Amino acid sequence: MKAAVIVSPGSNCDRDVQVAIRQSAGTEPIMHWHGDPELPNVDLIVVPGGFSYGDYLRAGAMAAHSPVIREVVTRAESGVPVLGICNGFQILTECDVLPGVLMPNAGLKFVCRDVNLRVEVTDTIFTCNYRSGQTIRIPVAHNEGNYFADKATLDRLEGENQIAFRYCTTDGEINPHANPNGAARNIAGILSKNRNVLGMMPHPERMADPALGGTDGRLMFDAVVKALAIA
Amino acid sequence: MSIISPQIIGEHGLSSDEYDRILAILGREPNLTELGIFSVMWSEHCSYKSSKFWLRKLPTKAPWVICGPGENAGVIDIGDGKACIFKMESHNHPSFIEPYQGAATGVGGILRDVFTMGARPVANINALRFGEPAHPKTRHLVSGVVEGIGGYGNCIGIPTVGGEVNFDPSYNGNILVNAMTVGIADVDKIFYSAAAGVGNAVVYVGSRTGRDGIHGATMASAEFDENLGEKRPTVQVGDPFTEKLLLEACLELMATDAIVAIQDMGAAGLTSSSVEMSDKGGVGIEFDLDRVPVREEAMTPYEIMLSESQERMLMILKPGHEEMARRIFEKWELDFAIIGTVTDTNRLILKSRGEVVCDIPVPPLVAEAPEYERAWTRTPLSPVLAASDALAEIDVSPARTLLEMIASPNLCSRRWIWEQYDHMVMGDTVQRPGGDSAVVRIHGTDRGLAITADCTPRYCVADPVEGGRQAVAEVWRNLTASGATPLAITDNMNFGNPERPEIMGQFVGCIEGMAEACKALDFPVVSGNVSLYNETNGTGILPTPAIGGVGLINNVSEKMVVPAFRSVGDDILLFGETGGHLGRSLFLHHLGNGNIGAPPPVNLHAERRNGDFIRAQIDRGLITACHDLSDGGLLIAIAEMALAGNLGAELTSPPQDIPELAWWFGEDQGRYLVTTKLSDEVIAAAETAGVPNRIIGRTGGAVLTLADGDSISISTLREAHENWFPEYMATGKS
Repeated sequence: MKAAVIVSPGSNCDRDVQVAIRQSAGTEPIMHWHGDPELPNVDLIVVPGGFSYGDYLRAGAMAAHSPVIREVVTRAESGVPVLGICNGFQILTECDVLPGVLMPNAGLKFVCRDVNLRVEVTDTIFTCNYRSGQTIRIPVAHNEGNYFADKATLDRLEGENQIAFRYCTTDGEINPHANPNGAARNIAGILSKNRNVLGMMPHPERMADPALGGTDGRLMFDAVVKALAIA
Repeated sequence: MSIISPQIIGEHGLSSDEYDRILAILGREPNLTELGIFSVMWSEHCSYKSSKFWLRKLPTKAPWVICGPGENAGVIDIGDGKACIFKMESHNHPSFIEPYQGAATGVGGILRDVFTMGARPVANINALRFGEPAHPKTRHLVSGVVEGIGGYGNCIGIPTVGGEVNFDPSYNGNILVNAMTVGIADVDKIFYSAAAGVGNAVVYVGSRTGRDGIHGATMASAEFDENLGEKRPTVQVGDPFTEKLLLEACLELMATDAIVAIQDMGAAGLTSSSVEMSDKGGVGIEFDLDRVPVREEAMTPYEIMLSESQERMLMILKPGHEEMARRIFEKWELDFAIIGTVTDTNRLILKSRGEVVCDIPVPPLVAEAPEYERAWTRTPLSPVLAASDALAEIDVSPARTLLEMIASPNLCSRRWIWEQYDHMVMGDTVQRPGGDSAVVRIHGTDRGLAITADCTPRYCVADPVEGGRQAVAEVWRNLTASGATPLAITDNMNFGNPERPEIMGQFVGCIEGMAEACKALDFPVVSGNVSLYNETNGTGILPTPAIGGVGLINNVSEKMVVPAFRSVGDDILLFGETGGHLGRSLFLHHLGNGNIGAPPPVNLHAERRNGDFIRAQIDRGLITACHDLSDGGLLIAIAEMALAGNLGAELTSPPQDIPELAWWFGEDQGRYLVTTKLSDEVIAAAETAGVPNRIIGRTGGAVLTLADGDSISISTLREAHENWFPEYMATGKS
């Protein structure tokens, strides 16, 4: 499997994702500089977390206009798997690959903690290693993770099974106490209509090593590697 | 006619003696730019004029020390070709005036000190002191400082892995914000600041120079009064995004062979960086100020030289490497300008619009900087308070008191703070905030650095020597308790006005105690910072020598321990001597009588013996959890371990010869609490090593039960422990 990690000025989880991909795939991902519009042919594109352009203007707003992002959008539309994590999710909503926006956290503070996620769909290359309804534990670390979209969009996401993860309690219950940022309907991650793009606020790459507290995130990278190796 | 009036001299914080010295060095009257340069270089903040004499008494050498105090940060050898570079620095004055920017730029400044030397920063920690919770400014300051530290560290992507926070009324008008950065470099790729090579280009990189922070160093060298608002323009504004670019660009250039010397522009900006580089290298520097990238038009030489705009660096490049370096900085969208050359004149010469606007001989500017051996008086000591006297009129239940204390401002959970810090980015935080030390792995290996910061100011004020000893010993203990071999420290000396003999006496005493402890524990000081004049309207802070320490764990996956009860049925053992020392304890403080008696003495011989013993038992794999005893004593430590492991314990009766409350809440030093499944083996080793030991209970259940039947559930403890901070910040409860 060949993967590319998009590196913008201010990306800071690029190395963490590189480590996670290397571990699951056994190969090195390409670390692709945002200013280079010539993106090689790859099986997976990851837009990692961080503070691209310092989150100035709006989180993800400036990076969405990077030279390489136009190519990422084209690839996403042509079916190449794309994973946007945290700031990467924000960028993917800014360039309309995914619907909705990520607003400042309801508590108006940065939140860094492990959260529980309920796996809502398992028919994707990202989530096929989980059981439907399974509770997994993965950390969040963000200022703007409060997912918002209008009611029609949210209903459509639900109706088309495009919600990948929701914040939940340890028992898998969806309620406001389990929601770290005020996200609409406790949404932590969503899929594109053709299910090849996943945007999520939690950081699966931070739970891919038992020494760091768990391996629930590693299962996602393993799943992608396996699916793409077969494909 | 002279433009330098006595009033202007006074406004620059210079005494008339100091001004006479300037006249002698120059052989003429300075112009305003030159006066400004002398004033910042000779400020307390930059010259250490009151503290230098005493700082020399601290041990700074060990076989593993590569570079001690004097450079941007200290450097130690951590094996496998790697060096650890670290330092702690204060940003107290600016943080009180403008908490968000003050704290943020404090983090930015210390990060630059570390990556200037060639290290990639891997962790930040901090030591914070605020006024009493009920003070009207405290909530606003806590909120702003925490947000500022998080705002900077989170954006640049360096984890903030821990710290310490205390509240005390003495900080009502002067909070302390001490930030520490730890970085890792290759031992053969460490960069220093001594300029060299006559004719080499002097290069300016990073942000443009603006009018912010002019005279920040002078402001940080004076007391506060009621006209504080006027000082706001002296606070700098940080841009962590630019710093991230600067970090990556510098490390990219450092991987080549282009740099002769490099220095960040911190306090006193372009002035101190150029003066220090030329002085250390024994050369001169000539600048064309018209080439300095500026943010605003018509900036005067005075403003350019004294600006403290953030995220800037000064470098000397090898000839022929300028264009390659320029390409790297332009890729990262940063300014790059050749602003001068290295000369053989030993003079700092500044030109602006074709005219020489400054011509100062550098060696006397540095070597003849004032140094004061200020008058000092030894702090009068309080007599040791016998436990029976301390407890004469006290009748409280241990369990009830535990519940109250664990929910008090100085002992409650700091989760509200550290959840605002990204403490996991970089993927190597193997011990998260909340334990004795944070531990980060050295990337790509199973080796780890244990990092901690500590100080007990209420001991220091009662007996500075004992307090100084204790601060160093406690840091050593924190590192030991996580399984690390303690290696070295950085110190951040926060005190009041050194012109008052009793304050200077606190400083001298703390240094004396620290030096003894460093020597006894082989724990040298490799970097540090002094912050004096932490006073408002004549009232000083508690003497606060904050100590940051680093230790090494060779095998994190097997040899790191955490302070959390791990499994049911483990024996809980206490090591070290318990005498029931209550003087200056949090227990008495909680009951409203904390300022009496002597602080607990630190027996450095026992300290070393007990710590070496604990480390050896961890190394043998016999220990399932370990926690050092500190604020609040034994029962607090037990509760902290129970909370961290979400597991209760049944405790045995206190010994007959110590009053019960003194046993549970005394703050005797040099003690550790461990759990083990193999207590016979551990006790046998303790007997051989001469370490006092006692089985005090066994883990299990969801309740802490005292021998007299008094008990308290872990969930009740947790609620009390976790709720204070968020409720205080949200509702104004205090």
